[in-house]
Amino acid sequence: MKTSFLLPKTLLVLLCAALAGLSAEGPQVFAIRNTRVVRVSGPPIEDGTVVVRDGLIEAVGANVKVPPDAWVIEGKGLTVYPGMIDALSTWGIPGAAPPAAAGGGRRGGGGGPAAPTTPQSVIRGPEDRPSNTSYLKAADQIVAADPSIETGRNAGFTTAATFPNSNIFAGQGVIFDLAGERSGSMIVSPSAGTYIAMRSAGGFGGSFPGSLMGIMAYVHQIYLDADHYKLAKQIYSQHPQGLQRPAYDRTLEGVLESPRVLLPAARAVEVDRMIRFARELNRSAVLYGGDEAWRAVDLLKQSGTPILVSLKWPERSRDADPAAQDSLHTLEMRDKAPGTPGALAKGGVKFAFYTDGLATQQDINRSVKRALDAGLTQADAVRALTLSPAEIYGVSDRLGSIDKGKIANLVVTEGELFQDKTKVKYVFVDGLKFEPAAPAAPARRNTEATQ
Amino acid sequence: MKERLLLVTAAFGLLPVSIFAAAPILIENATVLTITNGTIARGSVLVRDGKIAAVGENIKAPAGATVINADGKFLMPGIIDCHSHIIAEAINEGTLSVSSMVDVGDVLNPEDIAIYRALAGGVTTANILHGSANSIGGKCVVVKTRWGKSAEELKFQGALPGIKFALGENPKRRGEVSFGAPSPTPPRYPGTRMGVEEVIREAFTQAKEYQASWKTYEAKKAKGEIAIPPARDLKLEPLVEVLEGKRLVHAHCYRQDEILMLLHVADEFGFKIRTLQHVLEGYKVADEIKAHGAGASTFSDWWAYKVEAYDAIPYNAAIMMKRGVLVSLNSDDAELMRHLNTEAAKTMKYGGLTETEALSTITINPAKQLMIEKRVGSIEVGKDADMVIYDQHPLSTFAKVEKVLIDGQVYFDRNKDIEGRPEKEKEKKLLITKAAEEQKKAAPTGGGSRRPTQ
Repeated sequence: MKTSFLLPKTLLVLLCAALAGLSAEGPQVFAIRNTRVVRVSGPPIEDGTVVVRDGLIEAVGANVKVPPDAWVIEGKGLTVYPGMIDALSTWGIPGAAPPAAAGGGRRGGGGGPAAPTTPQSVIRGPEDRPSNTSYLKAADQIVAADPSIETGRNAGFTTAATFPNSNIFAGQGVIFDLAGERSGSMIVSPSAGTYIAMRSAGGFGGSFPGSLMGIMAYVHQIYLDADHYKLAKQIYSQHPQGLQRPAYDRTLEGVLESPRVLLPAARAVEVDRMIRFARELNRSAVLYGGDEAWRAVDLLKQSGTPILVSLKWPERSRDADPAAQDSLHTLEMRDKAPGTPGALAKGGVKFAFYTDGLATQQDINRSVKRALDAGLTQADAVRALTLSPAEIYGVSDRLGSIDKGKIANLVVTEGELFQDKTKVKYVFVDGLKFEPAAPAAPARRNTEATQ
Repeated sequence: MKERLLLVTAAFGLLPVSIFAAAPILIENATVLTITNGTIARGSVLVRDGKIAAVGENIKAPAGATVINADGKFLMPGIIDCHSHIIAEAINEGTLSVSSMVDVGDVLNPEDIAIYRALAGGVTTANILHGSANSIGGKCVVVKTRWGKSAEELKFQGALPGIKFALGENPKRRGEVSFGAPSPTPPRYPGTRMGVEEVIREAFTQAKEYQASWKTYEAKKAKGEIAIPPARDLKLEPLVEVLEGKRLVHAHCYRQDEILMLLHVADEFGFKIRTLQHVLEGYKVADEIKAHGAGASTFSDWWAYKVEAYDAIPYNAAIMMKRGVLVSLNSDDAELMRHLNTEAAKTMKYGGLTETEALSTITINPAKQLMIEKRVGSIEVGKDADMVIYDQHPLSTFAKVEKVLIDGQVYFDRNKDIEGRPEKEKEKKLLITKAAEEQKKAAPTGGGSRRPTQ
């Protein structure tokens, strides 16, 4: 199909396309007809048509005419979903480790080492702005050719909310589409929120803040300073004579630019703590982690706080001493974690999934499947990977459902999403069609050959 | 199995406390150690709406009341520990010499099993302190050991917040210059006891300037002048509260010289030291402590764990008490916290305190130190129904806690705990089997695992 379009092209185009891992050239108009359409924003259409033109959804419905200039895809036996969104990602930034396990406290082996901060002679307190790169924008760091983009796309994802993830104030996230020749054209929203990680080099001998309460005090002080900065600048701009000028502060500029703050909360205790903390910060907050959020559904609901739930369910480390005893609480937390999404859905809490380092369709399916087995409905699972993250990040007017005028991000499958045998047939990103490569056969260790 | 899981869930519930009118409780036939009004040999205490409604010899159970027959048992007020670090997920913000911006109350973990164990040792109220790494440490909070409740619900509503100070070896250790060998980390000021004093002076000088900057701003604003308000400073705000008497200072100290130093500094800046913590050499300067109005919260017989803690005697508590200082005994330790009653008993052997005086060091005295004596610390009508039933006299080493009530609610019941253990064990086994099966099912296939294997 693709080849006929690529043949007349120059070598240069081929090379570019190969480098970018995609074919930028292709039909501009598609019609997927006689297909099942899971719109998410409304009931599924059992036999309908989706028309895509110039990167947008031109039409969707049961009685939509196929335009004469459209490239037609026979959709019988296929299902069209909105493209999936990874709600907290590092895709697109080369070399980025997956976001640390949400931890105001402990989870599994802990959040890993903190990234080194800019060396500074002595940190005297919050005023020296330690571990703060709130002004960094993931939007400026996206590399179009990063291989993680294609990996995510092959699993049915078309969009990611990627955040920088070193430092306490890591920087601002970006909502971007998982295809494009240049990063600039991939970006849907360059200001998705400020990512806060609550880990530090810590302890004695380190720099402030060295403890969880130190981090919380620091974050609180930064937001107080930001509000004061805004006020001081405003008063000063009206009366520049006779007032001392406020000092320019890039860390506060970064914080003020951001529409929301992402706070870590894996355990129920942390959910409770972070909801109260967000209130203290007087900011609109999104929590991430959520392992034990099934115990904090009411708190989330009452406060109206959305939560991003990691698809990497907690489990006993495979390297753990078999004789070591886990507490009843820990055992219960592991057992119930996959029940979190179902409980959140029933409780009317806004939530979205994030892949947390899982990348293959197989791994993601297995994880979502456990949530389905633990009470999540298929429709709510789809929503948590499409419309809900779009709503949480304020981009649901463009993304997250199959509606006329929205960005043409679609995933077309043979079989229902998250089932073992389901195949991702096509992925549309900004109206461009991709066919995921067949997953590589599992590498088998050939024991005989070494004999 | 599902039902059983639900039960466990409920036990850990973070749901807000449902305010319902619980049935009154009558505890009868107990030896009632009221602490403030003597001992009733065969007495009863009526609890209604979380408060002590009546104390006496002949109280009739009202209709619908739950009656606890405490025949042969001892009833005393819940123990108050004026120095503890349980529940806190962080103890020290050890990076700065003045860390008054941090708050232990931000990081309470209501699931810390030490709460339940303290409760089982009769403790119903605890002063959760920041550690002693810094000259001025973090903000502190008073809690009740309401096991099963959320972090906010643990907090003792109405108790004044506190702040930790520390003198001597701990705050100066990181500043000490080791001659010859290079220090692994850059040294932190201060490195001497006089440096600790200077850090406290400096901080309160700043706090006064900060206080003044707000007053200047308010004055300008009142006159209608254009002015930018000062930025709120989380480090200095609590120190201003100390100056204004809205926050209690709990100061870790050992030696008499540094105790006198701190009292002088406080007098000079016009604030009060509410309690001296540890205060092992307090017996040497008891009159000066009394003159300042500070309380002393000490150990019964725990010392010599470092040089500054050597010149200690087991008579410390009794001597200070006899010189008129308000004295309490504390634990500073999750284990010691479970038998503060026997710690109190030691003051009878060392110093000859009476039974009531001994028990007051873990009940009404710490309540007064924390300024919550109108609410807790003794069995009196109108106070919170925080009480402990012991099977024997609590000053006996053989005494066991049978039941603990907080706000008139039974939070610990020894018999129920023992009865519930086999069920929990069964529950645990089930979950282990289930998790093992799940892990087997999800065994990594081929390239599924991202972990390097060896």
